[in-house]
Amino acid sequence: MKAVVVLFPGSNREGDAVRALEMATGKKPQIVWHAEKELPAGTDLVLLPGGFSYGDYLRCGAIAGRATIMDAVRAHAARGGLVLGICNGFQILCEGGLLPGVLMRNKDLRFICKMQHLRVERADTDYTRAYTKNQVIKVAIAHGEGNYEADEETIKRLEGDGRVAFRYCDEKGVVGGLANPNGSTNDIAGIYSDKRNVLGMMPHPENLIDPLVGGIDGAGLFKSLVAA
Amino acid sequence: MKARVTVTLKNGVLDPQGKAIEGALKSFGIEGVDSVRQGKVFDIELSTTDRAKAETLLKAACEKLLANTVVENYRVEII
Repeated sequence: MKAVVVLFPGSNREGDAVRALEMATGKKPQIVWHAEKELPAGTDLVLLPGGFSYGDYLRCGAIAGRATIMDAVRAHAARGGLVLGICNGFQILCEGGLLPGVLMRNKDLRFICKMQHLRVERADTDYTRAYTKNQVIKVAIAHGEGNYEADEETIKRLEGDGRVAFRYCDEKGVVGGLANPNGSTNDIAGIYSDKRNVLGMMPHPENLIDPLVGGIDGAGLFKSLVAA
Repeated sequence: MKARVTVTLKNGVLDPQGKAIEGALKSFGIEGVDSVRQGKVFDIELSTTDRAKAETLLKAACEKLLANTVVENYRVEII
């Protein structure tokens, strides 16, 4: 598994992403600057980390979604390559046209930084094989714009094609109501592309890989990727 | 040549900022406000003097970057 982490001006979770990938793969992933035209030869996984690329100016992820490197990322995804966008990375994937929909301001307008339960919707993808279907995991969320919105037809298609990766839920796995932190449509916390090689998610699995910081429920995602 | 691009949320898209502003206006005793929707304005200076060219390039700017047409509409005015 050759992984790279793309760095945009204003990314700030790239260190966490590098650490999680290194723990899972045993190799330090290469950092790729946003102005590069090509990904390193033999890249299997591109990770777009969290942060505030371009200061969230205009719209979250709008400018980064159109960065030079994104043409190479789109080509990589079109070839079936793995692309994982976490938090701001998810926003970048939506703005960059790799995933449908948009991440809007949280319903209550607050930046939310807390632990959050998620339900793993399917355990047969390259990202979730180390989990079980409907498993409840506890990871961190930290975002101001995580309210997933798309037109009705898109939501129907995502649901019908099994493209919802994770949903916000309570500790028992029950979705809806107060378990939804940001007003996201159908409690969506993460979605796949049509071939399920691209995953965008608001929560931070890369921060829950070490018992020292409160849990290792995020490690499964990186273990799954190594097996992919 | 100068232009103004206005980007607004499409009808039906939840606008929590607009709602908060609407609530604030009401709480300040400004009466008669039925609803508020927040948008963005871009004042753009262009090197071209050709109106048709300007309209084409502004449309491209909106489609490529200034608006997210999933949730936003845009309007171009050449001033």
